[in-house]
Amino acid sequence: MSTPRIATLADRTLDFVMRLVEAPINGFEWLFGRKRMPYLFLAPNLVLFGIFTFLPIAIAVGYAFTGGTELFVADRPFVGFDNFRQLLACEDYSSPGSCRESLFWTAIWNTLWFVGFNVAATLLVALVTALILNRAIAACGFFRAVFFYPVLLSPVVIGLIWKWFLDRNGLLNAFLQMLGVPPEIFLLDVGWSRFFVVVVSVWFHMGFYTLILLAGLQAIPKDLYEAAAIDAASPRRTLLRITLPLLGPNLLVVLILLMIRSVQIFDEAWVLTNGGGPGTANSFIVQYIYQMAFGSDLRLFGLASAASVLMGVVLLILTLIQLRLGRRMES
Amino acid sequence: MSTSLDPVAFLTRTRRPGRVGVTDILSWLWLIGGTLAVLIPVAWAGLSSLKPEAEITRFPPTLLPRAAVQKTVTGFENPLSLWKVTVDGETREMAMVRRIGLKAQMVDPNEPGKPVSIDVKDISPVQQLTAATENYTDPLTKFDFLTFLKNSVFVTFVATILTLIVNALAAFALSKYRFRGDKAIFVLIISTLMIPLTVVMVPAYLVVVGVGLVDNLWGIIIPTIASPTGVFLLRQYMLTIPDELIEAARVDAASEFRIFWRIILPLTAPALAVLAIFSILWRWNDFLWPLIVLSSRENFTLQVGLNAFQGEFSVQWHYILAMTFLSLLPVTIVFFFLQKYITTGIAGTGMK
Amino acid sequence: MGELKLTGVNKAFGALTVLHDINLTIEDGKFVVFVGPSGCGKSTLLRIIAGLEDISAGGIEIGGRDVGRFSPAERRIAMVFQSYALYPHMSVRKNLAFGLENLKFKRSEIEARIQEAARMLAIEPYLDRKPRQLSGGQRQRVAIGRAIVRNPDIFLFDEPLSNLDAALRVQTRAEITRLHRELKTTMIYVTHDQVEAMTMADQIVVLNSGRIEQVGTPLELFDNPRNLFVAGFLGSPRMNMLKGTVTAIEDGSVAIDVGYRIALPAKLDPAGARIGQPVLAGIRPAHFTLSQEEGLPFIVQYHESLGTETYVYGTLDGQSEQIIIHQAGHFAPKAGGRLFLMPMPERLHVFDPDTGLALPRAVEEPRRVHEHA
Repeated sequence: MSTPRIATLADRTLDFVMRLVEAPINGFEWLFGRKRMPYLFLAPNLVLFGIFTFLPIAIAVGYAFTGGTELFVADRPFVGFDNFRQLLACEDYSSPGSCRESLFWTAIWNTLWFVGFNVAATLLVALVTALILNRAIAACGFFRAVFFYPVLLSPVVIGLIWKWFLDRNGLLNAFLQMLGVPPEIFLLDVGWSRFFVVVVSVWFHMGFYTLILLAGLQAIPKDLYEAAAIDAASPRRTLLRITLPLLGPNLLVVLILLMIRSVQIFDEAWVLTNGGGPGTANSFIVQYIYQMAFGSDLRLFGLASAASVLMGVVLLILTLIQLRLGRRMES
Repeated sequence: MSTSLDPVAFLTRTRRPGRVGVTDILSWLWLIGGTLAVLIPVAWAGLSSLKPEAEITRFPPTLLPRAAVQKTVTGFENPLSLWKVTVDGETREMAMVRRIGLKAQMVDPNEPGKPVSIDVKDISPVQQLTAATENYTDPLTKFDFLTFLKNSVFVTFVATILTLIVNALAAFALSKYRFRGDKAIFVLIISTLMIPLTVVMVPAYLVVVGVGLVDNLWGIIIPTIASPTGVFLLRQYMLTIPDELIEAARVDAASEFRIFWRIILPLTAPALAVLAIFSILWRWNDFLWPLIVLSSRENFTLQVGLNAFQGEFSVQWHYILAMTFLSLLPVTIVFFFLQKYITTGIAGTGMK
Repeated sequence: MGELKLTGVNKAFGALTVLHDINLTIEDGKFVVFVGPSGCGKSTLLRIIAGLEDISAGGIEIGGRDVGRFSPAERRIAMVFQSYALYPHMSVRKNLAFGLENLKFKRSEIEARIQEAARMLAIEPYLDRKPRQLSGGQRQRVAIGRAIVRNPDIFLFDEPLSNLDAALRVQTRAEITRLHRELKTTMIYVTHDQVEAMTMADQIVVLNSGRIEQVGTPLELFDNPRNLFVAGFLGSPRMNMLKGTVTAIEDGSVAIDVGYRIALPAKLDPAGARIGQPVLAGIRPAHFTLSQEEGLPFIVQYHESLGTETYVYGTLDGQSEQIIIHQAGHFAPKAGGRLFLMPMPERLHVFDPDTGLALPRAVEEPRRVHEHA
């Protein structure tokens, strides 16, 4: 009884809105003809894209080649490649302290390490979970939902929840004490904090990749496994010769996607580690850009943009690889 | 039959009815362990958010929120806390008057007389289950939490409506019309999928300053309304709507906008629902961009506000956790009811 | 009112021309069928009349108004689509009302028209259902109802029966014909099914590769196909074709030799033929007389008995071209057996193999055949 009433109400509302806005739009159609309507329909989208996506892309390059602390590109002095030179000047790239922008190189090394561990760990956990869920296990839907749940949460919330979990008075320390291990302030220890940034990231995102891999696994025809079973293939051979090769394209896409997103690590790590702490142990590249441009009134927009451009190039390459893989997957 | 403990065998063997092998046990262990790993930190934060301020930093912590039982004892102005006292192998409940070093002054609440001095290692608090609702009510009444909440709801709602309409219009044009430049425009829009916000955040901030929307909620709503993900998702769906319906509507004297509004929009409802869920999640959870654009406290969204809180009340975990939990609640409820929709929608599009 | 006039209509999609110089006049109140093989341009022509496609050149008039630049709505036409194109999210009632609402009709008028159309099509019980809750035949009727409520000058049907099963198709065919008798409105009907064309049309327009091959009543086209295409397209099974030459011309009759030293008489205009001219002689399966010793020697391969009629398949002795003959009732010739065929002289169609055109008939003969119509 109430559902149709709600439907009628929604109908009436939509009808009312339509009558409000349709007169000028129909006027346009009357003036310029049906064939011009797609341009009108595209206009809001394209205007917003133009102003907030294409314009910034164009300006980004302008920023990277100018200095000073003025916000507007026109007010900024042209400095050529100075920003890039400053970022890249380094005696020994493996030790950030020897570089002019030691923070930048610290961030790069932190990010590289994070990407490496995070990609490996997430991929492994997601793959194992997907393989298990694919075994027609009871309550598969429940587990899928549980693992997926953190994906929906906000990075800030996740940062706070884990911060509390890892607190000096948190549950983990309580558990360790039960085992007789002395409590540890995990987030103030360089090694532990880096470890837990990866743990939290895996915890946060693995459900998403599990879902993609599971979809890939379920697309593998069942009769292939039946044929393999009749051919007396061992489980190891079935995994190596059937499952993984057929899942290969999905795995590659997941790998690239995971890399693209890992490079951009910021939100949850920022909250969890109180802005990259301890010290700069968890300062990543996006955080560097954010701090140079907006943090504590530095207003080094040129330096930040130059770093953005460098990161953008890396992401672009990764994306192009992903697109090419995606296309090959389709064909 | 290979050995059951082979990890490869364990992962690939399909379950056979009526037989429970080691592989099944390991699978279940992995799944249950994973479930606990997901749920425990969240549940722990939720339980902790109900603990009173005095209890939250107790170590080792109790699992459930408890508080000391208070009792009014004649002869004392304020209610006193009850403790279990073990003296000479005999246990009884006493009220603590004050505590001096390792000694506590206790009285029998039923026959209050002269307080006796007892060693603190012989006493333990008498507690009962509580729910420290003030953790929730205080932020709502005393702090700006309600403002943050209102801002987040406003941003999420308005941005989602606009995202749906603007992208559906563009998708309609790109799926149901042939016009000069249609393919080029589509490729142009899709190509922006490759440029994440983190790369252009500095110049994007400049643009927002330039159009005067800095420190304004519209400054975080408008820039990301036009969504390549949204256009792509809706266009692919609209391509499956038969063109004959549109022609029938044209024969039925419908204007192009009316075709969009009365025919296309209702028929695209499933895809719109998926995009709406995406949009709600993006907006509700968005952090970096609002952090950059918003500077005054009355404009903060929930996520920025939470971040600010944790800087300010670094030791007041009872408030932080309560607010964290409040902001997590809507997403959890939505997920609970739309779980299937969301997972299939995301698996189908490969986006989040 | 519903008179339609197309003059020099051309339509091209990029470099591909799909309609060449279409000239056609349809009188008010006629039931006209556009028929032709798939890809012949018949649907495009219908969509041009509807205003769903632009024309590259030429003019369209409906009821004396030049509608070339009008939108579909302004042309006062209604259309029934092949897939019915019912709005799946609206009830039947809303489907019928949608067009009238767009034209800002009064609520009461809309309701009256819906009731009238629903009564006419017997869809009253389904008015509040959604299209997906209806059977194919019911959807079909709703689609027609949506056209009727508009009270258009011209109804356009785009292969409306192709999604129905055979029994329903026959029934709906009759229903549409009945509607045409009741409404007396011009109807243009596109189909690739020649049975629909033959049974429903006042006038058939045969299209092939974007050109009109012939326009006429069903029997005109059947009896006097203007060219090889029309002869081959109409009639089932198709017309048999024999290669031959003109051997003699007499007054009112021309003799054709298709081999076997037998002159087949054909009622042709002597002025249109010359001796020694190579021709194609066409005879429909039903237009042979069988005999035991005289005529074209025919070797039986097999036969199909349909009860009321029998088709016999075979070849002429020494040839490989398949010949089909039709006999009423039961008939069971042995495979490998030999029959002798004689085409009926007045039913022999003779074509010029180079131009594909039929040689002109003797003057008085077609008129006699015409009286069937």
